[in-house]
Amino acid sequence: MTLYEFSTPQLDYFLLTPFLIVLGVACLGILVEAFWPRKGRFLVQLILGVLGLGCALTVLVLHWGISGLADPSRMPATGPYADSMVSGTVMVDGPAQGFWLILLGFALIAIIGFAERRIHSGATAFTPSAASVPGSHAETEATNEGLTHSEVFPLAIFALAGGMLLVAANDLLVLFVAIEILSLPLYVMVGLARYRRVVSQEASLKYFLLGAMASAVLLFGVAFLFGYAGSFNYTALAGGVTFTAGGDALLLVGLGLVLIGLLFKIGAVPFHSWVPDVYQGAPTPVTAFMSIVTKTAAVGGFLRLFYSGLGGMRWTWQPVLAGVGLLTIAVGVLLAINQNDIKRVLAYSAISHAGFILIPLVGASSTVALGGLTGPSSVASIMFYLIAYGFAALGAFAIVTLVRTQGREATTLEAWAGLGRQHWLVSVILMIFLLSMAGIPLTAGFVGKYVAFVSAWQGGFWWLALAGVLLAVIAVYLYIRVIQVMFFREATDETAELATPGVGTWIVLVICLLGTLGFGLVPGPLLDLLQAVSQFLLPAAL
Amino acid sequence: MTIPYLSIVGLIPLLGALIVAMSAQKAGRILALIFSLISLGYTVALVAYMKMAAISVKESLPWLPAVGSSYSLDLDGMGLVMVLVTVLLVPTVLIAEWKTGVGETGRFSSKTFVALVLLVSSFSLFTFMSFDLLIFYVFFEATLIPMYFLIGGWGGAKRGQAAAKFLIFGLAGGLIMLFGVIGTTVLSARTGQISLGFVELGAMTFHPTWVTHLIFVSFFVAFALKAPMVPAHIWLPDAAEETTPGGAALMVGILDKLGTFGMIRICIGIFPVEAKWATPVILVLALVSIFYGAFAAIGSKNLMRLIAYTSISHFGFMVMCIFAMTSQSISGAIFYMVNHALATGALYLVVGYLIYRRGSMDVRHFGGVNKVAPLAAGFTLIAGLACCALPGTSPFVSEFMAIAGTWSRYPVIAAIAVPGTVLAAVYILWTYQRMMTGSVTEATQKHITSDLSWRERLALIPLVVAFLVLGFYPQPALDEIAVTTQYYMVAADMTDPEALVEGER
Repeated sequence: MTLYEFSTPQLDYFLLTPFLIVLGVACLGILVEAFWPRKGRFLVQLILGVLGLGCALTVLVLHWGISGLADPSRMPATGPYADSMVSGTVMVDGPAQGFWLILLGFALIAIIGFAERRIHSGATAFTPSAASVPGSHAETEATNEGLTHSEVFPLAIFALAGGMLLVAANDLLVLFVAIEILSLPLYVMVGLARYRRVVSQEASLKYFLLGAMASAVLLFGVAFLFGYAGSFNYTALAGGVTFTAGGDALLLVGLGLVLIGLLFKIGAVPFHSWVPDVYQGAPTPVTAFMSIVTKTAAVGGFLRLFYSGLGGMRWTWQPVLAGVGLLTIAVGVLLAINQNDIKRVLAYSAISHAGFILIPLVGASSTVALGGLTGPSSVASIMFYLIAYGFAALGAFAIVTLVRTQGREATTLEAWAGLGRQHWLVSVILMIFLLSMAGIPLTAGFVGKYVAFVSAWQGGFWWLALAGVLLAVIAVYLYIRVIQVMFFREATDETAELATPGVGTWIVLVICLLGTLGFGLVPGPLLDLLQAVSQFLLPAAL
Repeated sequence: MTIPYLSIVGLIPLLGALIVAMSAQKAGRILALIFSLISLGYTVALVAYMKMAAISVKESLPWLPAVGSSYSLDLDGMGLVMVLVTVLLVPTVLIAEWKTGVGETGRFSSKTFVALVLLVSSFSLFTFMSFDLLIFYVFFEATLIPMYFLIGGWGGAKRGQAAAKFLIFGLAGGLIMLFGVIGTTVLSARTGQISLGFVELGAMTFHPTWVTHLIFVSFFVAFALKAPMVPAHIWLPDAAEETTPGGAALMVGILDKLGTFGMIRICIGIFPVEAKWATPVILVLALVSIFYGAFAAIGSKNLMRLIAYTSISHFGFMVMCIFAMTSQSISGAIFYMVNHALATGALYLVVGYLIYRRGSMDVRHFGGVNKVAPLAAGFTLIAGLACCALPGTSPFVSEFMAIAGTWSRYPVIAAIAVPGTVLAAVYILWTYQRMMTGSVTEATQKHITSDLSWRERLALIPLVVAFLVLGFYPQPALDEIAVTTQYYMVAADMTDPEALVEGER
């Protein structure tokens, strides 16, 4: 079959259903935005989003039940997952479904968080008039009329759809398209903050310019890889790599450029500079959404390309990524220590977590390839790490929205002094999230760090585990600093108030707390499940 | 279904902490005391039942099957004595600190205090009972968080910094140990039968490479940070100075024992070859700790720091005995752990009473106390003499075993350590002399207006009785401990050295 011949793609609609539902809900959201009367539109969007994602999740879980994936003893080397979909450009195999579960679950929690209106005295966290110039008459008018816009829901769901496609992409072009579907809505969402509009729009512009640049670099790399392999497909790429054993200049340049594009999305050093500004400028619920959904999607796409397509180049990319990973943790942690804004602290901590995720990724240990060697596989470790981080990050950002002075979020650390005395329950909950990020036992974050380092060591990188542990020691200080400010510094006049959370925020907090403690106390079943879905599959050569 | 007897031991204080946290402010300390007494009663009854019915109470449930970790609890001799001393110490601390946090401003409430004490005790009990490396690690680390708040919530002016120092040292040690845990997991996986149970790990033989040595070092460093050995001790005096006397008793009496406990469980039990390799360095460090702690205690003006320094000296003895690896010295070390918890706990509590009255921790601010508060002075003397191993108190038994056991393998080391016991008498008796004897000073007259109340006596009596009874009749405890010691002697592949001097025929 030549490349340019058009043939009807084979679609396994059954396996693609969750993705199609999400895409459909996003399109439906646009229609609602256009045709539903303004009154009640917000509520309709919320219900549509929650129901849609809930449906997609249910179907996904049903798939697992039907195919027996949830049974840890079954290794999905054969069966329906060995089939390619959409002519081999999309793979819905174990890891894709695992990442879908993570993406759908956290997107659902984040979207429930979008609905919070009580703490903003009846308004949402999003600007009533995104298109008007900050500080202009039109904006004031929109604010005074108490308008609420709900475009954030379809945007977030489109981004989610892009993320779901990204983790299943088995083709360089699909990878690129998926990244764009993921990114474009995010550029807009970042600019939607209700307060500090200029900062928000600046963040949006920065994110867009740098993101566009990264996409261009990625596309350039894709072109090189195409030139090398003669195909966009990972199967062809993997075949090509095996034959030349990785010495080709086209391949190396392509690999490098694609790597840059993907590292940007993950937020790894030295392509991290957008993260603090964007996290700070974006509306906090959007920051929460980005912190986990974007990261999960990018890591998923990254894993498939590097394990499946470029697995034969392991010896080339492993040392590079080991260095990048350690540097990312170090930079994230060291810069976070000096920050005085809680959102920037969490942003730099997000950078350091990207680095911690790269450590098991470098290890590349799998349960199958090493022949009976037991222990957590890299993919399962990364998924567990992401789940642990997701609960902690979503919960922490939800609490950030609650701490306010004069109706706005108080994000400076001075405003947090003594908060633990006055509002001990919320402070203790935040402390649990921070301890989970630091990797302290009894939280999911500890199990995440533990399995991550184990899988790195099993891949032969014991020194990487050692360096990672030592950096984790420094990282602990950053979280203790926040805890210390909350509990052991006296309250001052600047200390913020705690807004009474509405139902949405409570749901987010409770789910995140249960997740953080639950998977910290009983991690076994989840890890077994992730182990069972951790084997990437390559479709047979076309 | 079998009853999870051991889980209940740890769950009673945990449940108590949750109930106290949700209860009314005033009911908190009473509820906490009730739960700590239930915990004591249940544990004693369980131990009696275990011994009489000769049953095994081992529990095991898969926890993280991918790495072979299971939630397994068991009680061996060492775990048993430590569990008993923990459940005994907790109610005494609660009684002694009955008024902490009541009506104070700028401190946390009394309800929070007692809830945290129960949490510390629950996590410590789980650590002492765990028979799985990962579970051990989880609870070992978990003790830090409630202790952090116990230091930071009540106590001196610089308590915030002291708490942060405690937590950072603790978490740093914990993460260094995490490297060892990860490495052990990988070593265990490479044997093809992945498991993290202590018994299973002890049965595996790891080919010694420099990576296994590195793993051993990571464990040892973590435990040396916990049972503070010079030079990793610097957090302890600060933390002890800033926390409440009850908090200090818990920290030094129970939590720091996790360090020496871990050295036996893991350093000797799993990595005996590496332990023997490191023994010379460790013995020297232990000697340094013994003398550094003793001299620092003699030179210290602050009572809370003084007792902390004496503990550093005592931990030096324990570590020396553990790594001397004779059956007498290891038994001595384990018994030392128990006695030290009892004696130092009592000393912290009684000195704490005097500090609360006087409003100062400075030794020079006291004088002639035995005239105005003879009971307080008397209890201080008894607890202090127990600390410096007076015959008739149980620390004497353990210190004798420690030095005699070490002597049989390393006579020079033991000989160097012996003057440490003399220094112990110096720092205890000199402190007693300065505080209690002489003419009654003006400040003493003004501040120390009452002798120990019934409540205060009630907290001390169980501890004093315990170390006196064990001093005269240590055999039951030693019998329990001997079983554990035998296990670790076999694990370390060590036999006791032959006596150097043959008796006349």
